[in-house]
Amino acid sequence: MAAPIDPSPDPAAPTVTPRSRIVLAEVSRHGHGPARTRTELTEQTRVGEALVRGLVRAQLALALRLSLVVAIGLGGLPLMFALAPAAGEVKLFGVNLPWLLLGVCAFPFLVGVGWAYVHLAERNEQEFTNLVQRPER
Amino acid sequence: MANPYLVPSIVAVTLITVAIGFYGLKLARTTSDFLVASRTVSPNWNAAAIGGEYLSAASFLGIAGLILKYGVDVLWYPVGFAAGYLALLLFVAAPLRRSGAFTLPDFCEVRLGSRWLRKLATLFVIFIGWLYLVPQLQGAGLTLTTVAGGPYELGALLVGAVVTTNVALGGMRAVTFVQAFQYWLKLTALAVPVIFLALQWQSDGRPAVTPPDGPTFRSAITVVVEEPATLTLPDGGTRTVRPGDELTFAAGDPVPEVSGVVTDGPDWLLPSAAGSDDRDLFATYSLILATFLGTMGLPHVLVRFYTNPDGAAARRTTLVVLALVGMFYLLPTLYGVLGRIYTPQLLLSGQTDAVVVMLPGAALGDGLTGQLLAALVAAGAFAAFLSTSSGLLTSVAGVISTDVLGRGSVRDFRLATLLAGVVPLVLALNVSGLDVSQVVGLAFAVAASSFCPLLVLGIWWRGLTDLGAAAGILAGGGASILAVLVTVVGPELTGWPATLIAQPAAWTVPLAFTVMVAVSMATRRRTPPDVGATMLRLHAPEALRL
Repeated sequence: MAAPIDPSPDPAAPTVTPRSRIVLAEVSRHGHGPARTRTELTEQTRVGEALVRGLVRAQLALALRLSLVVAIGLGGLPLMFALAPAAGEVKLFGVNLPWLLLGVCAFPFLVGVGWAYVHLAERNEQEFTNLVQRPER
Repeated sequence: MANPYLVPSIVAVTLITVAIGFYGLKLARTTSDFLVASRTVSPNWNAAAIGGEYLSAASFLGIAGLILKYGVDVLWYPVGFAAGYLALLLFVAAPLRRSGAFTLPDFCEVRLGSRWLRKLATLFVIFIGWLYLVPQLQGAGLTLTTVAGGPYELGALLVGAVVTTNVALGGMRAVTFVQAFQYWLKLTALAVPVIFLALQWQSDGRPAVTPPDGPTFRSAITVVVEEPATLTLPDGGTRTVRPGDELTFAAGDPVPEVSGVVTDGPDWLLPSAAGSDDRDLFATYSLILATFLGTMGLPHVLVRFYTNPDGAAARRTTLVVLALVGMFYLLPTLYGVLGRIYTPQLLLSGQTDAVVVMLPGAALGDGLTGQLLAALVAAGAFAAFLSTSSGLLTSVAGVISTDVLGRGSVRDFRLATLLAGVVPLVLALNVSGLDVSQVVGLAFAVAASSFCPLLVLGIWWRGLTDLGAAAGILAGGGASILAVLVTVVGPELTGWPATLIAQPAAWTVPLAFTVMVAVSMATRRRTPPDVGATMLRLHAPEALRL
């Protein structure tokens, strides 16, 4: 690996501080140009790897949070109907609640969660891109 | 009451499918065209094609039939089938496209750099593909028997031959156009009749779906029994019927209770309550897990993602698919509910899967409208068999031509298509009595317990090793395949073993994840050295142009 000059040997003990935060500080402190940060990404320096780890972690956290929303919103329904059968007998517009929730409402709900994910995931990527392509200062 | 429009409509769908296939053939010239449509398919076309490919016989016919039979509890099938695309969107879509892999075996090699793991994945792709193809061909045979009175073998052979020829000649480019067309055809074929059915229901004075005295026959009818069952007659006596028995009812007669079918109004209308049967709750959650996580592991679903230009487009395509599929799944429920009023005889004959094709004729009568709408629905059903089998065949043939035959040339692909098409056709002609929806559910369970952990851990966890992946696939996938075999050829089971085998996902999926993580951690030294570069490739936004 063609080792580029290490941006700065970590002043703090690397085990104590969260890695990604040190990296962000370093990137801005040293004012690397976009080309430089890109090289760090592709050449797998510690800075580059930490950047990617940060992105992967952010995207995974987002996906897990939204699956939790679905797990509670939809996954809770069988339990609710099992524990409180009265909820199943509630009628809206002449239709029993379970039919309305599962047969109709579930689908817009899923699309809504999907839309939120696409929106937020693209924002995460935009932030990452901005970070990497930050102009020279 | 033969409907003169049925056969022409089925023939028309088949001909249009073949015609679009040839149109695509003119455009497809290179191997790359054949396999991934040169990755130039626009997101909306691609989304409609994915939707068209996904909505199989189980979605078009099976769901309405299950709702007619079991009521509210099976609404989880459509919800789970749609939610599977959300899981795909959240965890897999963009990174998988960015990996640049074309099939699941490709993904194994890109991520873990292992040739033998690739072979193992190939085996599972072929198994899941065939497991999913057999019920499609069977559904075609049964539909042709039900609506047109033709022999069962003819329907299966017809769909098998058309699909094999079309895929072999046109490849995926053609299939993309065919699939997109099939999605809109399927949506129309359910949406238009449902408007007429709702109007008819209005003009009939909005008969109750679950009348207090139980369902009744609306007109005099003779029912030919297809499945053995025990009937409970209104006077309290019981009667055992066998296939071939004929039962005659007058208009207004109550529908006898049928063993194994939820005839009682409240049971059908309301979710099963706690305490009554914990196995029901377990089966419900197992089904949710299988459909939610299984979609991403189905070979014909994954192969589509390589036709997106980049990861961001893959994500947006998946969102459109989710919306299209969700829109479609609003409709089968209505058929199942209206079938309760207009076609209660299907509960007796056991052919509940036929409710979608029978309902227009039963509710609207033998007039021109009823016949035309019945023909439209039959055309949609055939579109469902054709499109799903095409997609499955393309992906199975794809892995056979590149991983088993070797070079992946156009000639290999055609030979592989023939191989991939003949095996399930022979199985479909010889194995009868498989329940369409159940086998499809098992295919989801196998996919959820083998490829889902591989994809999710491969994309999000650096620590995955080739040994860990193989162990997880063999443990989870192996256990679920065992469950499939016991279900299909094993002895009748009762109680908890029956539930655990019929809906295995709730224990096989956690098993696969656990084994995969544990073995990977035990073999940490085998982590691929280039895992950092792979992660960058999977997750870096396209805007960076790395």
